[in-house]
Amino acid sequence: MDWKLEDDRPIWTQLTEQLKRRIIAGVYPPGSKLPPVRELAAEAGVNPNTMQRALAQLEQDGLARADRTAGRLVTQDAEALEAVRTAQARVIVQRYLNEMAELGYSREEAGLLPQKEETI
Amino acid sequence: MSDYLIQCRGLYKSYGLRPALRGVDLAVGPGRIVGLLGPNGSGKTTLIKLLCGLIQPTTGTLAVDGSAIGPYTKSMVSYLPDRMYFASWMKAVDLFDLFRDFYADFEYEKAIDMCRSLGVEPRDRLKAMSKGTKEKVQLVLVMARSARLYLLDEPIAGVDPAARDFILRTILTNYNEEGTVLISTHLISDVEKVLDEAIFLKEGKIMLHETVDNIREKEGKSVDALFREIFRAEPMEGGGF
Repeated sequence: MDWKLEDDRPIWTQLTEQLKRRIIAGVYPPGSKLPPVRELAAEAGVNPNTMQRALAQLEQDGLARADRTAGRLVTQDAEALEAVRTAQARVIVQRYLNEMAELGYSREEAGLLPQKEETI
Repeated sequence: MSDYLIQCRGLYKSYGLRPALRGVDLAVGPGRIVGLLGPNGSGKTTLIKLLCGLIQPTTGTLAVDGSAIGPYTKSMVSYLPDRMYFASWMKAVDLFDLFRDFYADFEYEKAIDMCRSLGVEPRDRLKAMSKGTKEKVQLVLVMARSARLYLLDEPIAGVDPAARDFILRTILTNYNEEGTVLISTHLISDVEKVLDEAIFLKEGKIMLHETVDNIREKEGKSVDALFREIFRAEPMEGGGF
């Protein structure tokens, strides 16, 4: 998974989003140790302070916690992980519905289309 | 110790009658990566040269780590000039020897390691190296010191875009964590992601000093886009193209 950064938004919020996506995708499995700040920063090509801020947000959102000896661990709280997964799914669905509306599809038509796609 | 690593007050510098800096007030804390951004002739190099004591201010004061510029500040400032100043018959390793003598904080092994990761052969003579390779050697010399303040004047101007990313990564992974890095450049989109703060210099004055994330949050655009907007070249009145 590559780090993709857009121009029009703060970098740290984008980093938090992408860290979450990686956690959900299992790049950093539940209970595993996250790479150190500097390593993540170098990998993403960003400032370590910015990455630090993104990780702090991750902790605040309950997806990681700092362990005094082991570093920073991904949460094992299945509920918290599922909540983030659902939130991300909703963003994707909302984006899909908006774009379909621009193409003139009603909500119902837009909802049916993915099922048709499977049978083609 | 001082809260700020760099402090300038009312800094004014003119070359003859020509002003280069016209009243700069600046405070930069430790552990920051700061972009010094501005068009050609805006005073970037002048400010950096003042900070490393190569030139003296006309009026105003400046301090590094709370001390006036002098032997103490020079021992903790690592400076990358905007031009090469080494004899071409020398090898990179000769320069490393020289720097080891000059600077107590120069780490010889680290310099050799950095050469290896940048693809530079440390036993080659400088005259056998391309412009980009020489710039890499210069960067190695500067970043192999564990300095408090790194002053990098146009560190990526002479290398291709792929090498730029690599050099920025080298800066990111090698600077001393309590140290501050001041990078002057006009290649903003290349450096933007590694910066904490951006300073916009215009005609010898600071017109903006803000964190990159605040700029993006407030303006809804990148530092690069904001820079282009502020410094868009206006045709001279009555001129026209």
